[in-house]
Amino acid sequence: MKTRKERFTEWLLAGISTLSILSMGGIVLFLLLDGIPFFKFYPLTDFLFGLDWYPTDDPMEFGILPLIVGSLAVMALATVIAVPLGVATAIYLSEVARPGMRRIVKPFVELLAALPSVVIGFFGMVVVAPFLQDYLGASTGLNLLNAGLMLAFMSVPIICSVAEDAIYSVPRELREASLSLGATKWETLTRVVLPAASSGIGTAVMLGMSRSIGETMVVLMVAGGAAVIPTSLFDSVRPIPASIAAEMAEAPFHSEHYYALFATGIVLIIFTLIFNATAFRIAEKKNSGIGC
Amino acid sequence: MNTATRNQFRLRLQNVMFGLLHASAAINVLALSGVCLYLACNGFSALSWEFLTEYPKKMMTEGGIMPCIVGTFLLAFGSMIIVFPIGVATAVYLHEYSRHSRLTYYIRFGINNLAGVPSIVFGLFGLSFFVTFLGLGVSVLSGILTLAILTLPIIINTAEESLRRVPDSWREASFAMGATKVQTILRVVIPAAFPGMLTGCILGLARAAGETGAIMFTAAVYFTPHMPDSFLSPVMSLPYHMYILATSGTDIEKTLPLQYGTALMLIFLVVGMNLLAIILRDRLQNRNKQ
Repeated sequence: MKTRKERFTEWLLAGISTLSILSMGGIVLFLLLDGIPFFKFYPLTDFLFGLDWYPTDDPMEFGILPLIVGSLAVMALATVIAVPLGVATAIYLSEVARPGMRRIVKPFVELLAALPSVVIGFFGMVVVAPFLQDYLGASTGLNLLNAGLMLAFMSVPIICSVAEDAIYSVPRELREASLSLGATKWETLTRVVLPAASSGIGTAVMLGMSRSIGETMVVLMVAGGAAVIPTSLFDSVRPIPASIAAEMAEAPFHSEHYYALFATGIVLIIFTLIFNATAFRIAEKKNSGIGC
Repeated sequence: MNTATRNQFRLRLQNVMFGLLHASAAINVLALSGVCLYLACNGFSALSWEFLTEYPKKMMTEGGIMPCIVGTFLLAFGSMIIVFPIGVATAVYLHEYSRHSRLTYYIRFGINNLAGVPSIVFGLFGLSFFVTFLGLGVSVLSGILTLAILTLPIIINTAEESLRRVPDSWREASFAMGATKVQTILRVVIPAAFPGMLTGCILGLARAAGETGAIMFTAAVYFTPHMPDSFLSPVMSLPYHMYILATSGTDIEKTLPLQYGTALMLIFLVVGMNLLAIILRDRLQNRNKQ
């Protein structure tokens, strides 16, 4: 029944749609193409577990363990702050707020997500850093704590909006059954609604973690930039994205340093892909109506 | 503990916990208004007609940000011109043609992963593919193409969301009148979904305008003394200029007013566009309800 024009349109649209797969494939392919050559002159184990990152010294050292630990540390700190805050805000928006308040608070959360990362980094430099230095006695305000705080504010909106969808999709009957048995609203929330929404909240947490480990400008501007394994919250760190962003401009084209930065990029994208895959695995398994 | 005191305890617990929930929502509101007000108070004095219309002067310690504004507009609008048709076509295919095929599964897989790629990795890809492999160099075009891929998931997701809002009965009515599928999509479905798609486009614009990591190796330069004369010349851009001024300017203390001014201009643009998108979306939702 289909005319030639109809079939042509369908094929055309299918062709254009594959661009998103091709882009993703292209990103992975070109990272590998420029990252793999690095291992011809530097062993993989020294790269992953080496403690020294001296890309411009002689001899050059490309141990990214301090960078990985730095990335994981800022991510963990951001997650510890952002998850309670994000989930609590999601609960507030979906269960507690009156419609009028919701209409005011919700745009604030969405606009928080819209703040450009470079502006948040700038805020961390000119406001939070002096504060940490003057009042908490940090030797430098550009440190792990500052980066964690700023990243937390960037991941709260993501965690909040995904968690809110999950809580919202819990059927009303469940709540009503609990309330009719004499449970208070709070008890209904903690024993019925949140357990029912737990997989969606899990997805929210994973997406928040993926966001904070990949975020570049904030860690570039406020993490301090020292490639050492941190021992306290006030230590300066150099997460992976910060290292790539700071050094790529100076790395000579197709030098060892250039390839090393692409190899570092591969490590970074592996982390984010794992977090994303976990997020969507959780969402799919429980089929809670969110995610894909 | 008797029943009465226990009930009292349960209610008190609820009140305390709800108070905490209120507080955490308030933290979000305070954070956004705090950042915006702080930058507005400090940056307002730097804003002037000269600041917006002049070139940076004296090693970027004086003068304005006009080339950065132009560059940011070029990059943001350029990427939207490329990505909007592609995103809408993908959304139409996903929602109108093939909701549950194997290809659809892989397309969604691609989109979901693309949405999670860090911006600096887009920058590396742009450097490796557009700048080097295709030989476009550090240029407006490389930046536009990199930003187009970065914003693709936003455009597809919002476009698909707005297609979902078009009632199936409209499609059926169109088919019943004898229209073909292509006619139905072009004359019924897309016109109805278009305002929602435009909202997505505004969100994409805002994202592209505020993005730094993806353009720092592909399009943006520290300083260029003239306007871009073709799509193959590099540009200055607001976020990258902001970063340079704040971290590696020749005299960071002295340029603080310039930094505040640039930051204010940037959030004015980006937050303003997002606010516009939110207002448009709320209007559409209200219209659909009626």
